[in-house]
Amino acid sequence: MSSSRGREDSRREDRGPQDRDRDRDRERGGGRRFVRARKSCKFCADRIDYIDYKDMRLIGPYIPERGKVLPRRISGTCAPHQRMLASAIKRARNAALLPFLTD
Amino acid sequence: MRVYEILFIISPNVEETDVEALINQFSEVATNQGARVTKVDRMGRRRLAYPIQKFKDGQYVVLTVEGTGSEIAEIERRMRVTDAIIRHLSIRIDEDLKRAEKFRTRRAAHSRAGRAAAALSSRAAADESNVEEEE
Repeated sequence: MSSSRGREDSRREDRGPQDRDRDRDRERGGGRRFVRARKSCKFCADRIDYIDYKDMRLIGPYIPERGKVLPRRISGTCAPHQRMLASAIKRARNAALLPFLTD
Repeated sequence: MRVYEILFIISPNVEETDVEALINQFSEVATNQGARVTKVDRMGRRRLAYPIQKFKDGQYVVLTVEGTGSEIAEIERRMRVTDAIIRHLSIRIDEDLKRAEKFRTRRAAHSRAGRAAAALSSRAAADESNVEEEE
């Protein structure tokens, strides 16, 4: 039986849940999909528990040219650290250590 | 007891002696209100990321203050009326520091967990003394 027939087949009782998942992937991705290596949180690796807003060396790499906060999907930072980082950047902006906007 | 970090930027045309006087003045305000100034950090003259009152650089000072929280209102009020201070920012840091401390002790306990059980009692004692030292 070919799985390319999709949904109808996946409802049949003789097929396990793992087959259903595979079918769903095929339908959406349409063949081979990219699997990138998992990015890792640099703050976790360096065991940084508190991000000081005055520490420009620490948060500098997370400020692209434009002056925005580098998104998590690019940097791979974990959620708790990204939260800390974001608030540190916002504080640094108020203290004129970082710009609000750059053109 | 709460720990606060008060950063303020003094206008660049204020003389060195006057900067010193300003720092003393605000430390005094804090102590008069019943708080304790634990650290005075002069970051020195820095370029501002954007102009404030048309100044391009400023003299940064950070005070670390321990108190109940009501002192901060008074200090901030005075900073607002002081013309030499072009920007001030106070944040509460004790909760964040406590959280960081918790992670650190947990990690320390975790890395030591693999060792012999004989060290268990001494480890507990060491952890306790560590906590006392930090606080």
